[in-house]
Amino acid sequence: MDKFVMPVVLGVFLGTYARLHLLRVDFRQYPSYPQGYTVHLFLGFVAASMGAVAIPALVAKHYEAVTFLALALQQFREVRRVERETLEKLEETELVPRGTAYVEGIAKVFEARNYLAVLTALVASGLAFFLPFGALARGAIAAAGGLVTIFLLEKSMEGGVVSSLARINPAPLEFRGPQLFVEDTFVMNVGLRESREIILKHGLGAIIEPVDPNARATLSNIGQRQAIVHDLATILGVRKDLDEPEFTPIARLNHENGHIGVVIVPMARDEEALKMAIQRVPVIESAKRRPLEAIAGKEAYKRAR
Amino acid sequence: MGGPFEEEIMAVVTTDKDYVGGDVPIFFARDEAEKEQVALTLSRILRAMVHELATGVYVIVRH
Repeated sequence: MDKFVMPVVLGVFLGTYARLHLLRVDFRQYPSYPQGYTVHLFLGFVAASMGAVAIPALVAKHYEAVTFLALALQQFREVRRVERETLEKLEETELVPRGTAYVEGIAKVFEARNYLAVLTALVASGLAFFLPFGALARGAIAAAGGLVTIFLLEKSMEGGVVSSLARINPAPLEFRGPQLFVEDTFVMNVGLRESREIILKHGLGAIIEPVDPNARATLSNIGQRQAIVHDLATILGVRKDLDEPEFTPIARLNHENGHIGVVIVPMARDEEALKMAIQRVPVIESAKRRPLEAIAGKEAYKRAR
Repeated sequence: MGGPFEEEIMAVVTTDKDYVGGDVPIFFARDEAEKEQVALTLSRILRAMVHELATGVYVIVRH
């Protein structure tokens, strides 16, 4: 029995640490602190336990342990469902909603991170169990192995940000009659003169210029654009209340050149901050498109150029 | 944006009776200033956006 204790304890510890490491409070304040943290840490602990116990269980010929992994899978899928439902309900309370694509992306990340906890625990307990050294050396190598796993998994899960797809340039706002333009990109029709003045006085504009057809297809996704305006609104604030829809930040596609025109009436008016905020918006997994990967797509863009 | 498309015309504000008709609520204004004021109030009450058509008619649309 003794030989199981160290690998399991180590696995549980490192797996839980993996989950903790991936829980970070940033400007999004999601998961919320402290209640949301507690929920996810505990789930991470459960996930780590599953992973840590798996190898010792198999070695002890308890093959039914595999069924428990299947059970875990079910549990973590539940995590995704709960996250999605919570966020969807909260959408009504947001001045600028995240949009379904962003919500789905976040929910997916929460599910995936539990698997990372399982994997880390599995690697750590496996190393601690099978390595042919003394207990201390095995423990140390297993701990190092677990940390490396966390590092590698974290790297491989990075989804990219908007700045990898596009150049972002602050651009002037202009009204042509009631039509609002950012540079040459039409954004919306604003009827009220008073609102037009406010937009010109307090608003900021930017043009997101995709670097290639892949980026253009991804950035034109409505969910991706909603994610951009949501993050902008969170970071820069919005000079808007529920009954002032004309001050909602908006991202519109210019179908002539694939540029995205962004307009926001922020609380903090700073062009450089606007640019930085857009650059750091995550690329939504479900919005990613790669038309250039297809032979027909490659040909089409080559000839059309 | 981002959700299903459910735009709906809530009301119309105009100074010119010739341009409007049908079964949307229509508000007539005597002059531009009044049109602006009425549209602003309606927009805030209905939480809807005021759009200006080329004819000068204001349509109040919930997005």
